[in-house]
Amino acid sequence: MKFKGKVWKFKDDVNTDEIIPARHLNTTDPKELGSHCMEDIDKDFSKKISKGDIIVAGKNFGCGSSREHAQISIKGAGISCVIAESFARIFLRNAINMGLPILEIEDIRGIKEGDYLEVDLNSGSVMNLTEHKAHKAKSLPKFIQEIIKSGGLLKWIKRRELDAKRTK
Amino acid sequence: MAYTITEKILLAHTDKKSIAPGDFIYAKIDLALGNDITAPIAIQEFELTGAKKVFDRHKIALVPDHFTPAKDKKSAEQAKILANFAKKHKIINYFEVGRMGVEHALLPEAGLVGPGDLIIGADSHTCTYGALGAFSTGIGSTDLAAGFITGCVWLKVPETIKFIYSGKLKPWVGGKDLILHTIGDIGVDGALYMAMEFQGEAIKALSMDDRFSMCNMAIEAGGKSGIIEPDEITEKYIRSEGRKVKGVFYKSDEGARYCKVIEHDVSKIEPQVSAPHLPSNSAPVSKFKKINIDQSVIGSCTNGRISDLRIAAKILKGKKVNSRVRLVIIPATQKIYSQAIKEGLADIFLNAGGVFSTPSCGPCLGGHLGILASGERAIATTNRNFRGRMGHPDSEVYLSNPAVAAASAIKGRIAHPEEI
Repeated sequence: MKFKGKVWKFKDDVNTDEIIPARHLNTTDPKELGSHCMEDIDKDFSKKISKGDIIVAGKNFGCGSSREHAQISIKGAGISCVIAESFARIFLRNAINMGLPILEIEDIRGIKEGDYLEVDLNSGSVMNLTEHKAHKAKSLPKFIQEIIKSGGLLKWIKRRELDAKRTK
Repeated sequence: MAYTITEKILLAHTDKKSIAPGDFIYAKIDLALGNDITAPIAIQEFELTGAKKVFDRHKIALVPDHFTPAKDKKSAEQAKILANFAKKHKIINYFEVGRMGVEHALLPEAGLVGPGDLIIGADSHTCTYGALGAFSTGIGSTDLAAGFITGCVWLKVPETIKFIYSGKLKPWVGGKDLILHTIGDIGVDGALYMAMEFQGEAIKALSMDDRFSMCNMAIEAGGKSGIIEPDEITEKYIRSEGRKVKGVFYKSDEGARYCKVIEHDVSKIEPQVSAPHLPSNSAPVSKFKKINIDQSVIGSCTNGRISDLRIAAKILKGKKVNSRVRLVIIPATQKIYSQAIKEGLADIFLNAGGVFSTPSCGPCLGGHLGILASGERAIATTNRNFRGRMGHPDSEVYLSNPAVAAASAIKGRIAHPEEI
């Protein structure tokens, strides 16, 4: 899977209350949640971005709550993938389980807001088209790759059940 | 092979012969928890897969506690999804408003979690039950849907950091202060993906309520879980007040592997306050005495238990809340609510000029029952002080223990309980 999009840059420790404030958790509608994405950091964020744009953040992205409204909101806003120096653990699980593409790269300092990136999820290569600089994402453990390849956790479980039946 | 308590519990829930940090395991769960925010998504996904049955109707807990009693129409619809699912699948542990409480205070109180259990909850503060010597961690709604279907969860076996607390606590210092101090020391990602094992003479001396407060906030250091070896205090708790939890009492082996050991002398720790907008901004309360407040909140899954209310009442007895301040006290469960009335704590709060509400997560995550306006500032016994957490993005939350929150309500500014 390949994505090309404009970079929106965020700091360290972006928390789930910033990604989608709790006052909007009384719905699960992707469009509505998408329209409030990151609004307490930048109230016009969802209006400014274009479909396919990429979030680039520092360490511990998505710390805080277990709410999957965060992933729904990011996807609903039209973001194609999130790149960070590290992810908080529940956010990481949820992204894997729900099929929101995420990549970890060691140092985001070479990427500025407004740069265009080309991301290849399979190889983990992140090409900064503006700066003509290549970054390499950390490769995900095999187990995680399996879940992603299956299309998320629930599909992985289904496949696992089918495999179990076949071997019986 | 020498194991930590966390590794032992995880191993016991797999069919493996050995495990090590970094291994991916597919583990059996003893309980799966969801609330009115996270369970609706899990239920939608459960139904999308075409699943007909839950893995075990006795091992699911559904607690509508966040936006309940329903604060608006949309929240009512969310809560209704839980009620309907519970009815359809004959879920035993569904807790309706009037019989419920904040999930992480409620489940231990109801005897649904115990030592040696493996618990997943679609709420980040699920790590609370580690206080009983369980492995307990927050997961998402998709994980919860998968848990409903299979009774299993995928986990990466975490590394463990050992925290040793020596010495005797100063007056007005409790579990909340130890954990705020610890998070201040290691940062909000200081234990990222790791288990935090709390040990030492000061932990041995802590009450269950204080242990719950500590483990509750492991996630605020990025931790996967917090855990305390079960002992006589744990045993007494799980077998009192009608609870009949059996539990398996695991202990870490001599020679178990820790990725780090951090020691604290608790006799040097003052009551702590965490300044906006991160729980890691903690410092002694004396540093904040010039900070005026508009609201004080005592409650939540961190500090809404009966001992927290008793501490607050001790300070508020015969006193009045400052004329500029709103004091909001929210007992964490129906049982605590009733107990507080019986013991006369409710009268003390009301006579002081405070609000005493039915159980709910309330303002902790900016839901209802005390939302902050722009420019307003609160001190709260809750667990997060992220920007906008309790209301307007330009409001502020300082975190503390219940004694500091009560003293501050009287003074109108952040205050040490000794000032009262």
